[in-house]
Amino acid sequence: MPELGRAALVVAFGLVVYAAVAGGYAAFRSRRRLLASATNALFAALGAVAVAALVLLAALVRHDFSFVYVADHTSRELPLRYAVSAFWGGQQGSLLLWLLVLTGMGSAAVALNRRLTRDVLPWTVPILGGIATFFAFMLVFVASPFTTGPAPADGVGLNPSLQNPYMMAHPPLLYLGYVGLTIPFAFAMAALASKRTDERWIVATRRWTLASWTFLGFAILLRAKWAYEEAGWGAWYAWDPVENAALMPWLVSTAFLHSVMVQEKKNMLRVWNAILVAGAFALSLFGTFLTRSGVINSIHSFTQSSIGAWFLGFIAVVIAASIALILVRLPLLRSPTRLESLVSREAAFLYNNLFLVALALTVLWGVVFPLISEAIRGVAVTVGAPYYDFFAIAFGLPLVLLMGIGPLVAWRRASVRALGASLLWPAGVAVVTGAVLLAVGAGSSPAGLVGYTFASFVLGAIVLEFARGTRARRSLGDDGWVGSFAGLVGRNRRRYGGYVVHAAIVILLIGAIGIGGFGTTREPRRALASGATMRIGAYDLTYLGSAQRRSANALEMRARFDVARDGKPLGVLSAGKNRYFAEQQTSNEVAIRSDWLRGEDLFVIVGKFNNDGSIFLKVIINPLVNLIWLAGLVFVFGSLITMWPDAREQRRLARRFAYAPA
Amino acid sequence: MNAPAVILAVLLAVACVAFVARPFLREPAPEDDRLAELPPRERERVRLAEERDRALAALKELEFDHRTGKISDADYRELVTPLRRQAAEALRALDPPRKDAQPEREDVHA
Repeated sequence: MPELGRAALVVAFGLVVYAAVAGGYAAFRSRRRLLASATNALFAALGAVAVAALVLLAALVRHDFSFVYVADHTSRELPLRYAVSAFWGGQQGSLLLWLLVLTGMGSAAVALNRRLTRDVLPWTVPILGGIATFFAFMLVFVASPFTTGPAPADGVGLNPSLQNPYMMAHPPLLYLGYVGLTIPFAFAMAALASKRTDERWIVATRRWTLASWTFLGFAILLRAKWAYEEAGWGAWYAWDPVENAALMPWLVSTAFLHSVMVQEKKNMLRVWNAILVAGAFALSLFGTFLTRSGVINSIHSFTQSSIGAWFLGFIAVVIAASIALILVRLPLLRSPTRLESLVSREAAFLYNNLFLVALALTVLWGVVFPLISEAIRGVAVTVGAPYYDFFAIAFGLPLVLLMGIGPLVAWRRASVRALGASLLWPAGVAVVTGAVLLAVGAGSSPAGLVGYTFASFVLGAIVLEFARGTRARRSLGDDGWVGSFAGLVGRNRRRYGGYVVHAAIVILLIGAIGIGGFGTTREPRRALASGATMRIGAYDLTYLGSAQRRSANALEMRARFDVARDGKPLGVLSAGKNRYFAEQQTSNEVAIRSDWLRGEDLFVIVGKFNNDGSIFLKVIINPLVNLIWLAGLVFVFGSLITMWPDAREQRRLARRFAYAPA
Repeated sequence: MNAPAVILAVLLAVACVAFVARPFLREPAPEDDRLAELPPRERERVRLAEERDRALAALKELEFDHRTGKISDADYRELVTPLRRQAAEALRALDPPRKDAQPEREDVHA
């Protein structure tokens, strides 16, 4: 039913245009019924887009190759789960997912905040409508997923690297993160437009921002897990432009989540927060542009892309409009309070913001520079890992240090003596850790040694914060240590949930340093014959021979290895390649043996199968890599604590914003 | 043309138009069609309530930071007086003073 899909998108386009135009007029001229009508249009657009999405989903599941999109991204033998994930495997489907999530989140945010932000909402609706208009326009006029043609006997299939469970989950989560950043942006700009720059837009969007940031962070880690297992080079993050596309808005929204606390507590950094919200949203658009315009491959594929120029134009409009609005409302945003001391919690947040934004801008420059160079000079320049690694260390290590110092500094101002006393324990833990690591030979990677020392400092500070807070609660009369601890976390979820997130970042850092600084790789130049044994570290891999079998959509070639560690048999591993029939592509299928006790992975890649039965092999020992995945779970756990509703806070806010009858 | 698809599309469009027109259909001729804005008095009250909450939260934080040893006794004494004054002024400004503006014990470290 491509006609229904096309019609649903046209209806959705009409509705979001109406929400933008009628909503804007209603806000400008103060028209109550017109605003209600525009709001209904936003809600109805969600319904129309959902219909379009269902039509596409049905076509994918039914292998209806009369849809060009279905023929281009699936094949008859593609398993059902990947046929479903092909929804976001291509450009048009991704744009449809963007619009679906945008109208869904936008409608929910408007419906849930009608009372709290009743004089900001008139501008929120047209802003959300305006953003949705761009995506609906693209889907109707530029990149429709409902284009039809003569149905081929079979489809092209889905890129083999996307046929992975992590890639099924990564794009939807990524888009929940990207699109979620629209909500704080829309409310912030609406607050500026309506001249209501009090805290209500922050209160209304706090959980939306946190949720988007969590989705984005978790999506980055899922992609890392996918890259680790699927890309077949044994690394988890390669500073690939697509990876960086998600990292940039995450870094800027991390800065915002910290600096917005300064605005809430001290009524400071109001201009800065408006800039960060706009910046995070613009970067989420830029991320979509990077991944969907073809610009990463080359500037030429960008110029041939149907959506690239539109996207660039829209990003320029968003940036220009945001800057203009912030400048026009500058007098309203001036903060009445000033920083009291350079040694204070708010100052620590400010420093953290500077490093985070500097890191985001550095990554942005690394992504953009090759494109500019190619556009101007016609020469494609690659910005490689050394550039990113240098700045990640230069800005990252101070950030880690600030994660430890910040929580120990008081708001307003702290004496150096009090701060010194607070830092004593974490610093002691760090020194002892550094000394022990040096003694066991970790000095082979100086950056790694410094990183681990800093990491132990932060963990020490987090433990100290929990311990001192629990003791303080106990002194206030809470029952028992457990009750005091629960009371401590329960009564200030944002702070202590935030510390759990900090712990997750430190765990990730420990894993990243392990794999980056202390890994072992062996790639013999000579082929390994059947029955031969290869040694790496304490592991022995005996090649048992290779075999192949036909699966539903690919020919699977596998080499089998008997694995032993220190002479103790660990079992058999199979690694090889899949040759996909419809896609005419080959993928690496690595073998990974995780040792949870040691925290290390044995990573086996078969480079080539030779005709004589021998193989070329690459084997890597990745120490502590599993901590990176554990960090993802801790990160989500901490984020859930920060987002969990707090009845006391709700009551406090209800009192504050309890409007008396007009 | 697929007839069922066209019928479904028309139904979708009609349902959407009806839903969008609903506010006008429910109130064809309202007495007042202007957006309800917060009166200036109420806006000022919200601003003062924000100031009150901020001042009380700052006092609670200072108290908690002092209890957890982040602030020395000397700094605490120096900082607490202006904060108390600010909180008192914010409470006074919200006239009449509200009972629920009193700091709650459970929020002592907000």
